[in-house]
Amino acid sequence: MTIQFDHFSFTYRSQSEPTLRNINLTIEDGERVLIVGPSGSGKSTLAQCINGLVPFSYPGTWEGDVRINGVDARTLSLFDRSALIGTVLQDPDTQFIGLSVGEDIAFALENKRVARPEMHETVERVARLTDVAHLLNHRLNDLSGGQRQRAALGGVLVEDANILLFDEPLANLDPLAGSEAMALLDRLQRETKRTLLVVEHRIEDVLSIPFDRMIVVVDGEIVADGHPDVILSDGSLVRAFLREPLYLSAARWADISIRPEDKPSQPDAFLNLFERQPIVSRLSEQMPEAPPEVSPSLELDRVRFHYRSEENVLEEITLRCAKGTLTTIVGQNGAGKSTLAKVLSGYQRATAGQIRLNGEDVTKQSIADRASRIGFVLQNPNHMISKHTVREEVRYGMQALTLSADEEERRLEETLRRCGLYPFRNWPIQALSFGQKKRVTIASILVRKPDVLILDEPTAGQDYRHYSDMMDFLERLKRDGMTLLIITHDMHLVLEYSDQVCLLQAGRIRFAGEPLTLFAQESLLRHAHLKQTSLFNVARHLDVEVQPFIHAVIQAERKERAQWL
Amino acid sequence: MAVEMLGYIEKPSPVHRLTGTTKLIGFLLWTTATMFTYDTRVLLILGFASIGLFLVSRIRFREVRFVLVFTALFVLINALAVYLFEPEQGVAIYGTRHVLFEGIGRFTLTAEQLFYLFNLILKYSVIVPVAVLFLVTTHPTEFASSLNRIGVPYKVAFAVSLALRYIPDVQQDFRTIADAQEARGVAVTHGPLLKRAKHSLNILLPLLFTSLERIETVSNAMDLRGFGAERKRTWYNQRPMTRADYLAIGLVFMLTIFSFVVTFYDGSRFYNPFS
Repeated sequence: MTIQFDHFSFTYRSQSEPTLRNINLTIEDGERVLIVGPSGSGKSTLAQCINGLVPFSYPGTWEGDVRINGVDARTLSLFDRSALIGTVLQDPDTQFIGLSVGEDIAFALENKRVARPEMHETVERVARLTDVAHLLNHRLNDLSGGQRQRAALGGVLVEDANILLFDEPLANLDPLAGSEAMALLDRLQRETKRTLLVVEHRIEDVLSIPFDRMIVVVDGEIVADGHPDVILSDGSLVRAFLREPLYLSAARWADISIRPEDKPSQPDAFLNLFERQPIVSRLSEQMPEAPPEVSPSLELDRVRFHYRSEENVLEEITLRCAKGTLTTIVGQNGAGKSTLAKVLSGYQRATAGQIRLNGEDVTKQSIADRASRIGFVLQNPNHMISKHTVREEVRYGMQALTLSADEEERRLEETLRRCGLYPFRNWPIQALSFGQKKRVTIASILVRKPDVLILDEPTAGQDYRHYSDMMDFLERLKRDGMTLLIITHDMHLVLEYSDQVCLLQAGRIRFAGEPLTLFAQESLLRHAHLKQTSLFNVARHLDVEVQPFIHAVIQAERKERAQWL
Repeated sequence: MAVEMLGYIEKPSPVHRLTGTTKLIGFLLWTTATMFTYDTRVLLILGFASIGLFLVSRIRFREVRFVLVFTALFVLINALAVYLFEPEQGVAIYGTRHVLFEGIGRFTLTAEQLFYLFNLILKYSVIVPVAVLFLVTTHPTEFASSLNRIGVPYKVAFAVSLALRYIPDVQQDFRTIADAQEARGVAVTHGPLLKRAKHSLNILLPLLFTSLERIETVSNAMDLRGFGAERKRTWYNQRPMTRADYLAIGLVFMLTIFSFVVTFYDGSRFYNPFS
């Protein structure tokens, strides 16, 4: 089955500019294609043109031609397409229709009026294929992220569609579940020879399995289309502000030229290009940094928490976070990360133990008092935004503080400028991008001048550029003396930005300390579903010390990013 | 604020094991029987039966406390309203007048009126627990397939079941949003009523946006998997009727017949202890 775009452009009905421009693209039967691009580049729209959501659910102006197996795509309804193309949407949690695994997998079959005995047979067969057969009667809510992803995949596979389309399959997965998901896709594609289309911006993680082609979309246009080895060598990713695999950043830092024939998409092969001597001498030029002075800001002493009459969700949490430092909180889904944040910010009250802020016991404070000192930015900005414009929303954060009008106005302006929202202050919030909305929610907390700021996955679903913007912004806050806690799945973020990392597992702290010390303990990492980044492999391969090496690569990356603006 | 209302509660019980169709038919018959009768004896029997069902279902009172207390309050207000509008309704029905207290103006208190109100409250006490029981013991999709089986178009049936399925999720969203508001010092769950009412508006907008987001994703997911392509559909969760199902339907049917016979044999829907 082939997909053909011919001089194709598309403009959403609500927009004046086309989201896709002059797309020429042919995808052959059985090909594995990776589509990458920054947020808002149109890569998801491209996927929607294939699965039919464009134009059937999102209408607009359609110019040029899209043909699926030679048939004009516009004549193939969503239902026709569902038999040809199986789509797994970005967030498996919100796309489940059934309550149990079996029921959700069966959904497409129910719609096709497949008789019950046959349906149960097919569901079981597919469930074995995606390794969820033992979970058929489980509620989807009770599964881990990786299991949910596999269940979602099952729901698509039942239809025998020839093309499998994944929109950011790794978005909500921890690192280990992510690589397992990719391995499963790899195996399925090999066994069934279907066409595999993956839209993702976590390029290194996706490339853990081989792809035939990589397509880079920027501003609605295809700017590069070729074998991953070619794309990774020719600088397309850097020009598109996308994050290349870390070992390639390391290579560029070490002045190793990246050529397609060196197979940069295969880290194991590529590692051999690194030579020890020049890197060791480069590293010796680095100056070690003095550790910053610390005074404790947030202290937790044997904090416990459980919901009504249930088992403890948090056990004996003891943690110290110094003023002006950034602590990352990592761990599997369900380890208690968000619960810890809620207990800290007063959303939930600790059942035992003590929480101290600048030496003062705040354990018993009400949510309103606590939250103005320990602010919590929720993962989904829509949960926090309740006003129409940016200005109103940020001002609303101060409404219980009874400030004078002058003071309110002053804080408002200062916060808006600090968060880079001043130019948008009168914009309706719903017109902002996801990253900007997130900033609005941070601003509405910052305006209360908290001592501690907790953020739940502040970079999730954001491309490299927005990710860096966000993290640079948070670093500035940190330098101004803010104590930050960040919940994340991103291991490189942990390495690059955190002064301390806290690993939670089943409600207990398994590790708290320097990131590099954690990453040195491989068995602990594996238990917690975490992974070392590829920079560790490079360092190990070269037999150089990890810390100065990673530090040097990070500095080089930062220098490069500084030129973006 | 930590209440889960009306979501499906999984338990290993005979009530759960009955098919959705049986429970739906049973529920409809039960409701019809109670709607028609004001006969105290029938209501008492049905009331005891509903308590029995509750015990068999292994659903604990505290799991549905919020809804039950809420409806109980509603029923009491209703009874009060009935009294305020027609203080002598009972006298009209039962044909006798035993004054307990003359009261002020038209607001007298008669034994007949009290008995009538008692029956009214009893009626709700018979229906509401069974309705709640039906909702919490029927798997949402099985509920949809049962609606479909008794003739409701499947798209309508599915919409109803999706709504039920998302009740817990929307509650979760509501709680998160309410917490986020409280974190800004905006009291939503305590404080003066008027203030709370005003502040609730600040929850509605975010709740609306999160729900719209949810709806958009789910409807896309449904479209992409071919929902609505055919005039009919099959159901993964539909179970074949067993002997227990027929037995249950039979029992409820007989109970309904019995209640109709007792109610109507003397030509009045009311049991009259005063004559």
